Amino acid sequence: MKQVAPILKTEHLSHVYSVGTPFEHVALDDVNFSVEQGEIVGLMGHTGSGKSTLIQHLNGLLKPAAGNVYVNGTDIWSSPQVTRATRFQVGLVFQYPEYQLFEETVYKDIAFGPGNMGLGPDEIRDRVLRAAHFVGLREDDLQKSPFELSGGQKRRVAIAGVIAMEPEVLILDEPTAGLDPAGRDSILENIKAYHEAKGSTILLVSHSMEDMAKTAGRLVVMHNSRIVMDGTPGEVFSRAKELKAIGLTVPQVTMVFQKLRDMGLDLDPAVYTIEQAKAAILAIWRRCGHD
Amino acid sequence: MDNIIKTEHIRFSYSTNEGVVMPVLEDLSLEIETGSFVAVLGHNGSGKSTLAKHFNAILLPEGGKVYVSGMDTEDDALLLRIRQTVGMVFQNPDNQIVANVVEEDVAFAPENLGVPPKEIRERVDQALSRVGMYKFRTHAPHLLSGGQKQRVAIAGVIAMRPKCIVLDEPTAMLDPIGREEVLSTIHTLNREEGITVVLITHHMDEAAQADRVVVIDHGKILSDGTPQAVFQNVELLKSVGLDVPETVELLYQLRAEGLPLPLDAIAVDECAKAIYDMLKQPAGCFCDSPRA
Repeated sequence: MKQVAPILKTEHLSHVYSVGTPFEHVALDDVNFSVEQGEIVGLMGHTGSGKSTLIQHLNGLLKPAAGNVYVNGTDIWSSPQVTRATRFQVGLVFQYPEYQLFEETVYKDIAFGPGNMGLGPDEIRDRVLRAAHFVGLREDDLQKSPFELSGGQKRRVAIAGVIAMEPEVLILDEPTAGLDPAGRDSILENIKAYHEAKGSTILLVSHSMEDMAKTAGRLVVMHNSRIVMDGTPGEVFSRAKELKAIGLTVPQVTMVFQKLRDMGLDLDPAVYTIEQAKAAILAIWRRCGHD
Repeated sequence: MDNIIKTEHIRFSYSTNEGVVMPVLEDLSLEIETGSFVAVLGHNGSGKSTLAKHFNAILLPEGGKVYVSGMDTEDDALLLRIRQTVGMVFQNPDNQIVANVVEEDVAFAPENLGVPPKEIRERVDQALSRVGMYKFRTHAPHLLSGGQKQRVAIAGVIAMRPKCIVLDEPTAMLDPIGREEVLSTIHTLNREEGITVVLITHHMDEAAQADRVVVIDHGKILSDGTPQAVFQNVELLKSVGLDVPETVELLYQLRAEGLPLPLDAIAVDECAKAIYDMLKQPAGCFCDSPRA
């Protein structure tokens, strides 16, 4: 049987900034990782750990100093045509993407990417409407200037602009930074709904462990330009002390459970959501005969 | 008690391009006690940043009064003294740094105030030491991390020797290390120097560490009290697009199942202890239970 190639794969990927200057800095050091079609992967690491450099390699914005990047089994630097196609297959939503809006109307801004793909007007229109729907924009927002919208709405427009290209892989760098709790939850719900409807692969970069716990099925942790952990959220969050040592945290409920374990309760260290914590405590409570 | 900031029935509105008037603050009265650490919560668009800009006369109220150490912010003659009394730090560190060398950036405000050069040197060194950035004094700000830049911005404010610092989501763009650096810096300034801190934030765990939490919604005060008191209003906070710390959420959901737990155990240690104490009743009962 033919093995299906992972949708994203890096092999011995390395990158060095400012080569030959006193500021020379190794940003990626022999990174090997792969993502399967349909996964939601959370990428964590403190500032400077290499995660932004990594994601910019995944759609060909940066060229590796050494090693290879594959999308669907094809080296993205094998020809200029492949490199260009990669930019549409792998959509990248930068941090604070609302600063990149530039068109006169929301509609035109979302339509910019599909237009560059050379699609016909009807197809573009369909895609703009679908993308706007996914991020929760109303139809009457489409004719507004993006600059009259609130910060949270602008961010939705920017995300829709990438979704409208219908990339196989959607990469979002800190999509909820600076939003209030309702805004955060709503963007994460939109991303999950898009994932379910399209079956596309999502790579989410976030400093918020709570966001990661709510969304990702797998977590990859970077430190000092390398991948240092890769596993389910339960596996990764149960290594709380190691995460703390590299400048990361775990969700608050995981800390509460860690504390309870230190106090002598035999609890699962891999608890990272409120639902899991609630179920574990209720189980003890009920077993003790308190109905 | 002595209040460093006092707003009396203030009103403020913005006008859109089409001339529609959007009320932002409505009859808002608030007093900030000297030396306290106050967190202000509210969803995007609730009016909290607009309120903060009234605290040092960046904005003036359309109705009502704002007093800073008793000075009316509408009095032009007092503007410099008001701005020296209350300093502001904003969300994006890159928008607040003006010089190419850290210590020059920190010296910017005292220079503008006409402080003599020798004293500027003292103030800059002191301010940088207080935020833990002294050894970076000759560095270029653009090569610093976000948390370091924010601490330089805070040093730039405290070099004016303000009595109060207002910070508008200072950690929104920072990673966990940067957040921790900024938070411990402002807590130290509050505790050791007696500087009043007003922290506007979307992070419930940051608010949980304040002396007092003020929740703003639709330009009005929705809730005001200790973190323990405010975060007990779980439904109210959620109804206005806010949240509670995960500790409170867990206690809240367990209470809904009928478990006898308090809602005010906000800190991780307190929350764990509350759960432990409950499970221990009756005496020593965990039913010797292996894992749940």
